[in-house]
Amino acid sequence: MAFVPDFFGQALNGLAYGVLLFLLSVGLTLIFGMLDIVNLAHGSYYMLGAYAGLTLIAVTGNFWLALLVAPLAVALIGAAIERTCLRPLYRRGPLDQVLLTFGLIYVFEDLVKWIWSGRIRSIPTPALFSGSVTIFGATIPSYRLFVIVFGLAIAVALWALIEKTRLGAIIRAGVFDSEMTAGMGINIDRVFTGVFAFGAALAGLSGVIAGPIQSAYPPMGASILVPALIVVVVGGLGSLKGSLAGSLIIGQAETFGKVWLPGASMLMIYVVMALILLFRPQGLFGRALK
Amino acid sequence: MARGVGFATLVAIVAAFPLFAGNYPVKLLQEILIWGIFAMSLDLLMGYAGMVSFGHSAFFGIGGYVGALALVTSPGLVSALLLPALAAAVGALVIGFFSIRVSGVYFIMLTLAFSQMFYAVAFQAAWLGAEDGLVGVPRPAVLGWSLASPAAFHVYLLVLVGFSTLFLWRIVRSPFGHVLRGIHDNEGRMEAVGYPVNRYKLLAFVIGGTVAGLAGSLYAQLVGSISPDAFLWTTSGEALLMVIIGGTGTLGGSMLGAAAFILLQSMVSSYTERWMLILGLTFVLLVLFAPGGILGALRGRVGIRS
Repeated sequence: MAFVPDFFGQALNGLAYGVLLFLLSVGLTLIFGMLDIVNLAHGSYYMLGAYAGLTLIAVTGNFWLALLVAPLAVALIGAAIERTCLRPLYRRGPLDQVLLTFGLIYVFEDLVKWIWSGRIRSIPTPALFSGSVTIFGATIPSYRLFVIVFGLAIAVALWALIEKTRLGAIIRAGVFDSEMTAGMGINIDRVFTGVFAFGAALAGLSGVIAGPIQSAYPPMGASILVPALIVVVVGGLGSLKGSLAGSLIIGQAETFGKVWLPGASMLMIYVVMALILLFRPQGLFGRALK
Repeated sequence: MARGVGFATLVAIVAAFPLFAGNYPVKLLQEILIWGIFAMSLDLLMGYAGMVSFGHSAFFGIGGYVGALALVTSPGLVSALLLPALAAAVGALVIGFFSIRVSGVYFIMLTLAFSQMFYAVAFQAAWLGAEDGLVGVPRPAVLGWSLASPAAFHVYLLVLVGFSTLFLWRIVRSPFGHVLRGIHDNEGRMEAVGYPVNRYKLLAFVIGGTVAGLAGSLYAQLVGSISPDAFLWTTSGEALLMVIIGGTGTLGGSMLGAAAFILLQSMVSSYTERWMLILGLTFVLLVLFAPGGILGALRGRVGIRS
């Protein structure tokens, strides 16, 4: 058996999955950090992105157009949800927010079933990346390489946006203390809507790029939420760095779990989470718990 | 007085239901009663101690699986009630030990992750039937009297619902229950006054988990099977919905919420496939416009006192 190529190939698979998780969890963590909301419906935006992408590709035949437009459409839906459903709840406890977003999962899932039927649908791989490449003896579908490069590029762009721009400074300040930020004369309402829509768009984006790898099916939103939440818990709530580190760890844990422990592969991510929480209950990059 | 008469009438109707209703309505009512127990046990955590758990399905599932495994070997009351409740209690002790150290959203996420862990185990373990779960769960026999018939099962269920309700009611009315409410209102103050808050929370978690395990076993007995879906975090979410629909912090409300949820689901699904959409929307609107749930809204409008 060729251990090295196998290992390398699996590591790249894990990296592709980790990058997808990052795009999802970074929105989740920003929304939590800023709006103080655990958005259980975050996976629904991933699902909406996948289905919107599916339709756009069917209509236009252009994957790249879908990659651009589907996240924008999801962002609009996110903004509408924030304005109508979440805004009235900011002054209430976390319970109402968690329950409302849980209700939204049902709404979105059923709407998707209604519009697109409940069958599993696959998004075709763009022609440019339909082949595969051989690196260090491992055969990798080139689409996975694209996902890795694209996701890491987004991560770098996000880092630059948040660390280097004025908008990023506002977001960081909002995550740290939104009331104080509002007191500084920032229109925090608009920032809230923007951050929520942005998080939704990233989730939608990950839905589109996941499509050619994982297909689209209605409960995909509820099932992807669990690994995304675990990433956030492992990385630390509200932390961008944590989200990246958590995604990469969980991505590898899940992929290598499937190879080494096929009978208990689903357990791996929980074992990792438990181990990390045992030593750092606040997560890798989380602030100390109050 | 009027309330007492109304309550007695309701209990009488529920008890006599199999005498005049067909098999499907009876099964629906029994499902409501079982989910009602599950929702009440969650309300002990949520409505009284202020712990919003998305991991309550773990105990429902443990109860269901342990009950199913035990009943196949020996269909008696020990297998049907005692072992599932005990197993769920142990599970709740372990999960609770880790979870109660954090609060708020951390608690929500941690409990959610724990219940999904059980889902992962049940889904992949061949000896638990993997994806299909365990089927052919027999109903128990009490003193040689089989509970296989719907009527006999109904009596058995009523006794257990009554027992569970009374048990939980005694707990929330006891000094222990008052401490839980105090923790809900202001944890720091209770700590300062000298209550070992974490020990109280853990005990509430274990009591709630035990009763949830009982509900899980009863559910496996009602439908004759149990699948990994019982562990799914959305199962906890549905129970939370029931509690909210009925109104948190009222045991009767949980039962009412379970009835509303299951009736809505069954009625809407018989007219249209879109029951999830309607249920979800109902839920969103309830959270937005009636935060106190059905009982809360009734109290506000009609003036029912708590």
